[in-house]
Amino acid sequence: MKELTYVRATSAAEAVEAVTGDPRAQYLGGGTNLTDHLKLGITTPEVLVDVSRLPLDTVEDTGTGLRIGAAVRNSDLAAHPVVRSDFPALSRALLAGASGQIRNQATTAGNLLQRTRCVYFQDPTTPCNKREPGSGCSAIEGYGRYNAVLGASEACVAVHPSDMAVAMSALDAQVVVLGAEGERRIPLEDLHRLPGRHPERDTTLAHGELITAVELSRSGAARTSTYEKARDRASYAFALVSVAAALELDGDRVADIRIAWGGAAHKPWRARTAEDLLRDGPLDEQRVRDAVAEELRAAATGPDSDYKVAMLTGITARALVRLSEATS
Amino acid sequence: MTARPIETRAVGAHHDRVDGPLKVSGHARYAVEHGPDEGVSEHLTAWLVGAPVARGRVLRVDATQALATAGVVSVVDHESARRLDDTGEQGDGELAILQDDRFHYRGQIVAIVLAESAEAAREGARLVHVHVEAGDHVADLDSDEAELYAPEEVNAGHETDWSDGDVEAARAGATVVVEGDYSTPYEHNNPLEPHAATAHWDGEVLTVWDSTQAVHAVASTLAPMLGLEVEQVRVRAPHVGGGFGSKGLPHSPEVAAALAAMAVPGRWVRLAVTRQQMFAMTGYRSQSRSRIRLAAEPDGRLLAIEHDAVAPSAAVKEFVEQTATISRMMYAAPARRTTHRAAALDINVSSWMRAPGEMPGAFATEVAMDELAVACDVDPIDLRLRNEPATDPETGNPWNDRRLVECLEQGAERFGWSGRSPEPRTTTDGDWLVGTGVAAATYPTLWMPGNGARIESRTGGRYAVGIGAVDIGTGARTVLQQIAADALDVPVSAIDLAIGDTSLPAATVAGGSSGTGSWGTAIVQTAQQFRADHGPEPAPGLHTQTTTESYPDMAGHALHSFGAVFAEVRVDRWTGEVRVSRLHGTYSVGRIVNPMTARSQLLGGLLMGLSAALHEEGVRDPRFGHVVTQDLATYHVAAHADVPPDLDARWLEESDTLSTPFGGRGIGEIGIVGTAAAIANAAWHATGVRVRDLPVTADAFL
Repeated sequence: MKELTYVRATSAAEAVEAVTGDPRAQYLGGGTNLTDHLKLGITTPEVLVDVSRLPLDTVEDTGTGLRIGAAVRNSDLAAHPVVRSDFPALSRALLAGASGQIRNQATTAGNLLQRTRCVYFQDPTTPCNKREPGSGCSAIEGYGRYNAVLGASEACVAVHPSDMAVAMSALDAQVVVLGAEGERRIPLEDLHRLPGRHPERDTTLAHGELITAVELSRSGAARTSTYEKARDRASYAFALVSVAAALELDGDRVADIRIAWGGAAHKPWRARTAEDLLRDGPLDEQRVRDAVAEELRAAATGPDSDYKVAMLTGITARALVRLSEATS
Repeated sequence: MTARPIETRAVGAHHDRVDGPLKVSGHARYAVEHGPDEGVSEHLTAWLVGAPVARGRVLRVDATQALATAGVVSVVDHESARRLDDTGEQGDGELAILQDDRFHYRGQIVAIVLAESAEAAREGARLVHVHVEAGDHVADLDSDEAELYAPEEVNAGHETDWSDGDVEAARAGATVVVEGDYSTPYEHNNPLEPHAATAHWDGEVLTVWDSTQAVHAVASTLAPMLGLEVEQVRVRAPHVGGGFGSKGLPHSPEVAAALAAMAVPGRWVRLAVTRQQMFAMTGYRSQSRSRIRLAAEPDGRLLAIEHDAVAPSAAVKEFVEQTATISRMMYAAPARRTTHRAAALDINVSSWMRAPGEMPGAFATEVAMDELAVACDVDPIDLRLRNEPATDPETGNPWNDRRLVECLEQGAERFGWSGRSPEPRTTTDGDWLVGTGVAAATYPTLWMPGNGARIESRTGGRYAVGIGAVDIGTGARTVLQQIAADALDVPVSAIDLAIGDTSLPAATVAGGSSGTGSWGTAIVQTAQQFRADHGPEPAPGLHTQTTTESYPDMAGHALHSFGAVFAEVRVDRWTGEVRVSRLHGTYSVGRIVNPMTARSQLLGGLLMGLSAALHEEGVRDPRFGHVVTQDLATYHVAAHADVPPDLDARWLEESDTLSTPFGGRGIGEIGIVGTAAAIANAAWHATGVRVRDLPVTADAFL
């Protein structure tokens, strides 16, 4: 059988050192995605550095917000009382993802770094630029029901599958990253990237950089936030589209608004054009629909994915109308 | 002698599953779980390697890297595999694997890796490099190169075409004509336990623990192919984790398990296909397209029924589902035409999946009937009542006991159908558009001759009953004990039943809703012969074995079961998402042998119908030729949250001794029939959008 070296890291610094210096090494978190890839032959690392047992498994209330350890399990994070009260979009997004068993196993950082479920990426017998750069994209002319409609490239139309990341994007999360050069913080919005000519790169992290935490700041909008997900079956399915929305009203005026979409792009798609159009004005269904239409002007759809435009519009309107009714 | 009707006591009563404790405690052994205590030790694991393109020739199977992998023992390919003697009467292209360098669909077995562990076998398979010369392929029914032809017959021996009366004239004279194209996608059975086998060849006997719906069929298929007498193949299947038709006939992995075992005589070989491989190697329901034309009087009485069905079929082995046969018998009409056409494509081999024929056929016809009801402004139930045939339109024979009307009426009463607005899009509940729909269901009573049973008296008033039947999770092991008890007029606890083994008298498939009826008749016939031979108080050690050739009471009748399915569907007005909130089935299926296991069968059928209605879709990428939604993350089946809060199956109290001596008919398939149509009809009622292509998904309503 294929020999694998398994290393259980005892500190984050040790883990970073082990992976940074070895291009054949990968981090292992909860393993819910990586072990599938090992079985399917999508990736063939020779060294696995297990970071799931590092002391990064606590949620710390910093007063101004939360610092979520990278190894916190999805189930624990979803059930955390402060997450539920002050960042409801995050709790709902987590509970909308995967299954109970998988959420018990999956970690915060692993959730962010999970890879697309594009059927061609998952099938080593078909070309895929993300899996095998330069081999071509099978999805553009193929099965397209889950394809990206925003920010895609000629090389890749895959979407990022995480629900949690979409909520974190709307909540303006910061990602704490440890690398050989030390620690840095990057906005979650800048963690994932659009495919461009290099769809093999999901994120802006360098090889060996380790996510150690995700930080959230309290805000009125975060407290009035939600996550809604449309899918073909009622549970245990990746999003056709999803929306994380946060809203703060000042009377009838939108004081703060954040909109992020899942199932739309290679990364959680922060709908800033729509946010700008809605900020400072009243909020009603038609205004949301108009603002979303502006955001979606750039959408590029195929015959299998054109429904996403109407679905993103509908689900965003539903989420914001419900939030505005809840806050007023 | 042939079986005579019996008095029933245990039959009809609740009886716990006799294998329930074994299963819920994890002690029931499935096909690759047999261990040293059953003689399976130091096994090798086999891993299958599939063809990398849709059609072509293998130039070379390069196993160098694979064989260099620690733990890999051997790689069997078309050059090294044992030659098969006979691959069936017409030559079975599905089963004749590794016999030459040609392959006929993407994923067809081109090599088998044998290794000391599953991990090594999988890694070895990854490192087998199959060099091929690719040929052109056609894998799309819509391709210009896909030529339709009329098969000689369709599945289960039905006539390809069957007509009655002058359809053209009837349609020309009709006031109302409803016409539509309906389709169902590739659907995959996906039993929880994959196709799997543990096999051993000692030079004389091939022993196989198999995951199959028919142990004797596996033996009688494999033996001549392998140049063996059927007695040289022992097949056992004590527990099977579901089949839904996909394990009804042997598929290529079973041949691979035999070839693998014969490549390493004296060693046990375990083979379990992966979930992804199940989408290529183990049968599936073909796509179906039905063109329906219903011509009617203004009040909905049918003047003509036309049903023209088209489906792809694998070029390497024909299988054409009998999609249009339901239109030959379901409703009265003076004229009808039914046809089947197929196109031979370079695709993997389709086969049986729960209610082949009736399931896709009823989707088309029962949605069309709903459209006719709308066109005639007649209630959908009334429309069906107006088209009840007095005798079977296809054969002219009297029905055994056609009680569709009672199913519809009792179902409607229980569902609360009366007062329903005929107009669509008239009911909302918050953000949901709510609608209701109905469809009729039917399934023929299939009875298989050739079942044997053996009964032996034991001490203490006990009886050993043996038959090579298989319990694929349905409860067969339980209900056959109930039937045996009544047939022998003893308590259920006095029966020691043995099944799932070719060393027992031959039995037919656990499929076609024929198992309980056919096996049960054999047990009754044998019990009655046993009593004739040995009397009511036999000494221990006396036995009788008989084989059924017929159950004469069924002659001259059209034997069918019927049902009515009611659904309430909700469509989210913002996202188009579709959910089923209520699903009821009411069935006329003869006497229910065991209410508990029967309810599970019927509810399972309804849910599988819901799954087909809303979720299941095998997407074949014609460029590559294979199904790309090849796991349970991308091929959706209904999960718990999709189960309607109000899910219910009921049946009419009845006994049908024309069909079996205990009065029951099969129930395995009818639950899936019509269910997708009821849901699609309800979705129309909720939204005004008529969906004629399964699955019914959100995008249709945006």
